[in-house]
Amino acid sequence: MTKISYPFTEKAVRALKAGEAVEITGRIYTGRDKFHKFFADGGELPVDFTDGALYHCGPVCVNVVPRCVPARGAGQPSLPAAGETHRGTEEWRVVSAGPTTSVRENPYEPAFIAKSGVRVIIGKGGMDAATLAAMKKHGCVYVQAVGGAGALYADSVKTVAGVSLLKAFGAAEAVWHFDVENFRGVVAMDAHGRSLFAEVEKSSGAKLSPLFTSTRQKS
Amino acid sequence: MANALIEKLVALIRETASSLPDDVLKALRAAARKEEKGSSAAVVLKTILDNCALAKKQGTPLCQDTGTLTFFVDERLRRKVTPAVLKKAVALATARGYLRKNCIDSVTGKSYDDNCAEGAPVVHYTVPRAVLGRGVSKPSLPAPRAGTHRGTESPAVTLILKGGGSENMSRQYSLPDAMLGAGRDLAGVRKCVLDAVQKIQGYGCAPGILGVCIGGDRATGYEVAKEQLLRPLDEKGSGMPRQECRGPVAMVGGPVVVGEAGDATLLSRLEKNLLSEANTLGIGPMGLGGKTTLLGVKVASRPRVPASFFVTIAYMCWACRRRTIVV
Ligand code: SF4
Repeated sequence: MTKISYPFTEKAVRALKAGEAVEITGRIYTGRDKFHKFFADGGELPVDFTDGALYHCGPVCVNVVPRCVPARGAGQPSLPAAGETHRGTEEWRVVSAGPTTSVRENPYEPAFIAKSGVRVIIGKGGMDAATLAAMKKHGCVYVQAVGGAGALYADSVKTVAGVSLLKAFGAAEAVWHFDVENFRGVVAMDAHGRSLFAEVEKSSGAKLSPLFTSTRQKS
Repeated sequence: MANALIEKLVALIRETASSLPDDVLKALRAAARKEEKGSSAAVVLKTILDNCALAKKQGTPLCQDTGTLTFFVDERLRRKVTPAVLKKAVALATARGYLRKNCIDSVTGKSYDDNCAEGAPVVHYTVPRAVLGRGVSKPSLPAPRAGTHRGTESPAVTLILKGGGSENMSRQYSLPDAMLGAGRDLAGVRKCVLDAVQKIQGYGCAPGILGVCIGGDRATGYEVAKEQLLRPLDEKGSGMPRQECRGPVAMVGGPVVVGEAGDATLLSRLEKNLLSEANTLGIGPMGLGGKTTLLGVKVASRPRVPASFFVTIAYMCWACRRRTIVV
């Protein structure tokens, strides 16, 4: 298990190899569909991604400003209304923070990597060849988070340091500033052009063909 | 009385969403032991297990996608556990945060914030075989689905939650399939299943469980394939030791359809072979490589008309959330 922490330098990121398990500590920013579209349309980046991490995640964050906290068992605390202003730390509680599928951001990611200086992209399912090439060129890796492990990832968020574009995007799509500790994942695409997804797909295909021609046809 | 029943159902929903059944946990633990220490597969499985332990402790959803809710209710409870009662329980469970707001109108795109709508949750009334067998009069209702609660004497309610990521991976083949070189026999069925596993890779949150239906029409195929996911992984004949389940919420046998149509021995052998063959593909947890691609394969068959031969595969992610309570 390799530990990496913010700021993620080019050297540290280029040292990572596909297949390596990592634990991430420090600042990460969430961003998914609306954020990528906004960026592609020329929107100004709300935070500095230089040597930073982008997490494809639509978290469930609950506003725990006292007036919003219902009595125990009296019901679900309401989500912050879109447009509510950013109130700084410890007013949000992360209920769930699992990864979302990354492929939807394929069209935007190479340009984002080139312009933003991002070094770590976290998500699930991997990204396309163009993104892989951009990662190689600029020094960036893709970390696969474990799909469905929303409870554990929520627990690894130690502080919600802030949120951007909440009003514009709504809570699930906003750019959340998470300070995480030991956030677990696996480097699935490295900065040397290797993608575990492509490799596993190929090797499993290669293992499948002899099974198809084997004499062990009748079960 | 009504309230006590609803609270019981709310507890069922909460428990189903926040903890995996023992057989699935056991299979995940066994898988974690098999993978090489420090490998990505081992890390993924450990993360899954830690996540499950935390969610169980907190009583919070173990995955943010709390899925499609499908209830299987014993026919004898039809008057008591009505769709209206189940909706009340679902709405209450949602309001308390046990379920995510997870139900969208397909035409307007608007959210049903209480997870209730026409057809949501899905409710099936089932006739336990044991009951039919003991000569209790067959209810005169359309198409009772036999066998869902075989093994339970008392009337039970079963709930299964299936997330969208895994549901998107389910698929149906029509034999013969020229591309696969798959004909209309068990060898052809085998090819369909292995092809599906290779195509799905880890995208449905592997390691997964396959429910397979051989035959039937298209709709029945999907229905029966999904019902197979109710069968415990360690059921008799599966080669895994059966674990005694205790406590108020016990997992009981799911629909034992093997042998109901088709040949039980043939099908259970097919299940075992498919599981071990699929796991040689090396796709692994979350598709990052490894020994565990599938945790289980459950196969049933249904008769078909001469003109069609469907092979339907319901893919379930590791978050196979199902639970049964006796009412
Ligand atoms: S596929 Fe399963 S584990 Fe993955 S996100 Fe969906 S419900 Fe959760």
